[in-house]
Amino acid sequence: MNNVIVVTSGKGGVGKTTTTANLGVGLARAGKSVVLMDTDIGLRNLDVVLGLENRIVYDLVDVVEGTCRLKQALIKDKRYDGLYLLPAAQTRNKMAVSPEQAKALVEELEKEFDYVLIDCPAGIEQGFQNAIAGAKSAIVVTVPEVSSVRDADRIIGLLSASEITDVKLLINRIRPDLVKKGDMLAIEDTLEILGVDLIGVVPEDEMIFRSSNLGEPAVTDDKSRAGSAYRNITQRILGKEIPIMDMEEKSGFFGKMKKLFGKN
Amino acid sequence: MGLFGKRSRKSSSVAKDRLKLVLIYDRAGTSSNNEMIEMMKRDIMRVISQYIEIEEEEIDLDIKTSNNTGEGVTSELVANIPIRKVKKLGKNRYQK
Repeated sequence: MNNVIVVTSGKGGVGKTTTTANLGVGLARAGKSVVLMDTDIGLRNLDVVLGLENRIVYDLVDVVEGTCRLKQALIKDKRYDGLYLLPAAQTRNKMAVSPEQAKALVEELEKEFDYVLIDCPAGIEQGFQNAIAGAKSAIVVTVPEVSSVRDADRIIGLLSASEITDVKLLINRIRPDLVKKGDMLAIEDTLEILGVDLIGVVPEDEMIFRSSNLGEPAVTDDKSRAGSAYRNITQRILGKEIPIMDMEEKSGFFGKMKKLFGKN
Repeated sequence: MGLFGKRSRKSSSVAKDRLKLVLIYDRAGTSSNNEMIEMMKRDIMRVISQYIEIEEEEIDLDIKTSNNTGEGVTSELVANIPIRKVKKLGKNRYQK
């Protein structure tokens, strides 16, 4: 994938912010310098998911309006070397920034960092346009459910209309037990419907609640299944070829089920 | 599900079918697909006008749903092409 990646979905609540936080921490732990840009102006959350909410002084809108310099708004995450957050403004709305301004900002960030990850707001309006303005690649997050997959398709169409062709799908919160029972869309079904390549599959994991409570992304937790899925996706972003099913099944539900019933 | 002898389909395959169908419409509404329909219209016109004269401005080509069979909703390509005149299928086609 390219160095400027937007994490988007169309539908809200499918895990864009969690994904951005985990991949950002993952890339930083792999030795890369990374900036996470929250474009959800008015509804910022990347700061709390990362546990950095108490350190915000300036935000993205301050930078765009010239109230502060870019460096002043960047928050360095002391736990992970090379990880920075550019927070969204909370008391403004999406119209405070134009796609041209967002693009110029991304171009600035790109000079300083190995990776720029952009957390996109839900919806397809101005906030979405801002988020994709400077992006070269996209990770579309979906959960295996009709409304989310439908919105993902719309987003994929809009991305290609904006000439972002490097688009990868992340299937989040999959429950292999439900897939097996025939009550959840399988990975292959979702891929067939959407017609894009897969960057990874993240199993439903209760530990995500714990990690967002603590403000510590699951990617650092060796016991978390979602965390290990995010570690794999990080490696794929870095260009390593890691098989999807093998890695995620063993530690996941499928693996346990197989063991339980003696199939293997 | 299936408790009273009536076997129902897996909900995931129902979801898959519903999605495939709804996406045909969603995609048809976007500009890239309008372009596709226009291109298709041009190609169909080119073929048909070898046999019959048609009212080019009146052609209507669209993707529609039909709900007539017991199998549920299906989608189809519906073309309405008014004929001006049927050409004489003459020598020029069969002699080749």
